[in-house]
Amino acid sequence: MSQKNLMLNGLWKNNPALVQLLGLCPLLAVSTSVVNALGLGLATVAVLLLSNTCVSLIRNAVPHTVRLPLFVMIIACAVTCIELLMQAFAYELFQVLGIFLPLIASNCVILSRADTFAARNSLGAALLDGLFMGLGFACVLVLLAGLRELAGTGALFANMDLLFGPGAADWKKVFLDDYQPFLLALLPPGAFFFTGLLMAVKNLIDAQMTRRRVVDKVPPVKGAKRVRVTGAAS
Amino acid sequence: MPWKDIAYKSVLLTLLAVCTTTVIALIYHFTQHDIAVETRRAQEKILLQIIPRAWHDNSMLDDTIAAGPHSAGLGLRDEKSIYLARQRGEVVAVIIPVIAPDGYAGDIDLLVGVARDGTIAGVRALRHSETPGLGDQIDIDKSEWVLGFTGRSLGSPTVAGWAVQRDGGAFDQFTGATITPRAVVGAVLRALQFANDNWATLFGPDDVTAEGAG
Repeated sequence: MSQKNLMLNGLWKNNPALVQLLGLCPLLAVSTSVVNALGLGLATVAVLLLSNTCVSLIRNAVPHTVRLPLFVMIIACAVTCIELLMQAFAYELFQVLGIFLPLIASNCVILSRADTFAARNSLGAALLDGLFMGLGFACVLVLLAGLRELAGTGALFANMDLLFGPGAADWKKVFLDDYQPFLLALLPPGAFFFTGLLMAVKNLIDAQMTRRRVVDKVPPVKGAKRVRVTGAAS
Repeated sequence: MPWKDIAYKSVLLTLLAVCTTTVIALIYHFTQHDIAVETRRAQEKILLQIIPRAWHDNSMLDDTIAAGPHSAGLGLRDEKSIYLARQRGEVVAVIIPVIAPDGYAGDIDLLVGVARDGTIAGVRALRHSETPGLGDQIDIDKSEWVLGFTGRSLGSPTVAGWAVQRDGGAFDQFTGATITPRAVVGAVLRALQFANDNWATLFGPDDVTAEGAG
């Protein structure tokens, strides 16, 4: 698969959150504010990169029957390492993400990429796949969190200092003053509504693009056929 | 040869287990110090929010009395510490951990600072899972509601007044949430009563200054 395809797959065509619908538990639970989403998104990218790398490196030595325990062990190790590092160097964020950090180990996106991609492809491709699948997941997470934070609290980027240090404390943008919090957006049902909305928008764009492509392509195809026919005749 | 196959897989699994464990052990070894420092700093930060540096000259984290499920009224589920703030050896305030078990979504872990004159030095919510945007206003990051406790004591308001306004008490509830503030007010009152009942243990033998209110 070409590099461009790998990128497009992770970010759009085969997006882990919107198309494969994997890893919805952290997606729905953590997307209440942009800072949480960004933190978990980055941690997921890091874990995916690590696990895809290790799995791809040992792929030729792994018999089919024991591959899953091996992959799970690698993923659990990667998650634990990231958790320890975050605890040491981003303690506030570690506290905010709480249980969802160790739970990355059970995020099916990661096992799915290890088993269906990294175990069958070279290191470079596996790295690229991990990066873009992770980014695809993180983008949806941040987008969803942005929508929910804005609809729920009328502001965006609250508490960004948890991730970017004290300098980011005033990044909070209040769009609507005296906003009555719209609770539904912040509660779990809101997560489902907004995820559904994002999927609908994605499908709409896809449908639009397919239609345009068909419209663009139909006449040339006919023409090409005629050309070939003439070519055959001459 | 099935045995050879089994042996290969076992060795592979074992090897990988050893590798992953080693990696984790190494990273743990190198981050352990930073993690301990960070954890301590985070704990101390909250304690200092309740009892500022100017009030005391000791390290509250190292000057503690054990509290736990046996401590009447605090509702603790496991062993915790009561932190003592001393100025020139005399205990000027204590920070008492208390759990409000009747929050809207499970336990609310609180710290209640009680000064030597019986008034509240400060209240902070440590851990809770109250509704974002509603009940989570007990969190100092979300709202200044908990600051309303500062300066209150067992006599001010009277015990009947230690309730939210909807129940005829002296404390605000916030829009749309009554259960959370009700639980917190109840827990803070229990912490105050605990301090009053155990005055000699907490503040030392000299209990002349203790207020007999309640």
